[in-house]
Amino acid sequence: MTQTPGGEPPAVESDSLPARQGEQRISAPVVRRGLFGVHDTPDTSGYGLLQVRKQPPLSSEPPYGGYFDAVAQALGGALEPDGLGFSDAIERVVVDRGEITFHVRREHLVAVCDKLLNDPKLRFEIFGGVSGVHYPDDTGRELHAVYHVLSITHNRRIRLEVAAPDADRHVPSVTSVYPAANWHERETWDFFGIIFDGHPALTRIEMPDDWPGHPGRKDYPLGGIPVEYRGTKVPPPEERRWYA
Amino acid sequence: MVRVTTHATPGATDADAEAAEGRVYNVAGQDWDEVVAGDTDRAENEQIVVNMGPQHPSTHGVMRLVLTLDGETVTEARVSIGYLHTGIEKNLEYRTWTQGTTFVTRADYLTPLYNEAAYCIGVERLLGIEDKLPERAKIMRVLLLELNRIGSHLGGIGPFGLELGATTIFLQAVRLRENVLDLLELITGLRMNHAFIRPGGVAQDMPAGGLEAVRDFLRKAPRMVHDLRTLIDANPVFIARTRGIAYLDLQACMALGVTGPLLRATGLPWDLRKSQPYLDYETYDFDVPTTDTCDAYGRYLVRIQEIEQSLGLIQQCVDRLAERTMPNDPWLIQDAKIGWPARLSLGPDGLGPSPEHIAHIMGQSMEALIHHFKLVTEGFRVPAGQVYTALEGPKGELGCHVVSDGGTRPYRAHLRDPSFHHLQALAMMVEGGLLADVIPAIASIDPVIGGVDR
Repeated sequence: MTQTPGGEPPAVESDSLPARQGEQRISAPVVRRGLFGVHDTPDTSGYGLLQVRKQPPLSSEPPYGGYFDAVAQALGGALEPDGLGFSDAIERVVVDRGEITFHVRREHLVAVCDKLLNDPKLRFEIFGGVSGVHYPDDTGRELHAVYHVLSITHNRRIRLEVAAPDADRHVPSVTSVYPAANWHERETWDFFGIIFDGHPALTRIEMPDDWPGHPGRKDYPLGGIPVEYRGTKVPPPEERRWYA
Repeated sequence: MVRVTTHATPGATDADAEAAEGRVYNVAGQDWDEVVAGDTDRAENEQIVVNMGPQHPSTHGVMRLVLTLDGETVTEARVSIGYLHTGIEKNLEYRTWTQGTTFVTRADYLTPLYNEAAYCIGVERLLGIEDKLPERAKIMRVLLLELNRIGSHLGGIGPFGLELGATTIFLQAVRLRENVLDLLELITGLRMNHAFIRPGGVAQDMPAGGLEAVRDFLRKAPRMVHDLRTLIDANPVFIARTRGIAYLDLQACMALGVTGPLLRATGLPWDLRKSQPYLDYETYDFDVPTTDTCDAYGRYLVRIQEIEQSLGLIQQCVDRLAERTMPNDPWLIQDAKIGWPARLSLGPDGLGPSPEHIAHIMGQSMEALIHHFKLVTEGFRVPAGQVYTALEGPKGELGCHVVSDGGTRPYRAHLRDPSFHHLQALAMMVEGGLLADVIPAIASIDPVIGGVDR
């Protein structure tokens, strides 16, 4: 093993100074205003100017703790014979709440899954499904596919996350490695519109075949319920009063 | 001989009809030998496509099987699902975190408490309150989960018999299951769709007389399970229909990610309660039953033995609850910003807010009133992040992927339902087998379409 898993040190030293980090935080987009997150009525609390900014994306550096280091090392070692460095295939690693997430670059997803299943030090045999998540604000990486895999041999569980831009919603299918991904990828296509290249039959699975749109997406119109009273209607959920 | 032909298009000749509808057979009576003799060339290679469903093909819910048959042999099986899709995951995104339990409980309606537990443990891990859960809540959760496991397994075994034409098995299993449902009704208030497990604990304490009712159940249940086993275990008809049927060995289970009783019927004692314990399962004493037959009969044996193990676990929960005699033992997290504030009580006019709670928030504590109001209208905020929780459900690994953006509502919640996952393995079990064996194969997976389609 020659390559250390994890991110490289910052190119410019001044970027890591605390003052610079503060600047970065202040320039982050605002995700919530006011104390109560109410957005349709005047805020009389006196905290109306309060702004909550978006947290920067999490990223963890080794050591990750527990068995996570062993998995990262073994994955780096397994990818090496293919001429792939750990950081070529994995964008970043996040350890949060006792769970590890490998953010995989989508072009290397199948290679990573192949190693995860077949390398004796990894052996993640049980495929735990695909869960799509739509982040409309994450420009250029709007659609995420999240995979959970479980190793019975080593009693370990990890998460893989792949992102694709909305304009190019293609993610390679892992059905060639994990046959059980078949229905899960169909479901994620059905609800989020992610196209899994190489899937044997990527058709809708839950919605009717001729359904327009992908209902799991955040921009999917929900529609309201018309009521027979002065032409009004019950507004769709996203237009009702809510708290951010 | 006069031949009467009825075509879909009136006035069409046999040749027209054959072009439009396929081969036409004219049968006028007493000419069967002639018809069969003239058709031997085709019968050799003829494949018939049969649509099973979409009505209950095996009383597990609404799904459809597209079977290609060569005689009685299934050459291809495709499962079509989606008839019971209700958008539970999408609905969750427009409700508070606490209201989320009301939705997930409706996914797999035979394992409602498992859905709730998987979701709530996920929310608790996001909140970082896993180690602050009251002891009583954990024991009550284990008690309810194991009761639910018995109910779910009986809901699998009973209809299994019914599908094979054995009404007695069904009635015996349902008789025992009714006892389980009565207990669940006594403790949670409902037979199903409980919404009883909440982020931070459970909704209510054990009711008065609850422990005694569970003890009473534990006294009569082993006898009923024994009766059921006497009826089924060595039943020649049941064995003939299940032994060697729907074969799925360890290699196939690994390749298809199959868990639960299907995996344990191949001889691998994989149980998340042992390998990755949650809710302090490591402190309970129980075994993981396995068989190595890899068939429908083995899966039945695993399920019925798990019922016996669950009875032992329930006994341990009852003992632990009986030991906790301290007054005001909390069953919900003692955090005013997360724990659901409303206390319910049974008054003369039905179930409603308890008078003590109303007196407290209206007359004594402004803080309590604020917390009540804020939690009920707005809910609590959950720090941004994502977690995946996996429980050993009755049907296999039940996972819940919960994502928060820091708001008062789930950003995304996804249930990895074992039924959904395992139905993918159906084709491997039934292809090359007989049409009649498709039914025991489905029943041995024990899928519930509410969970499959969500």
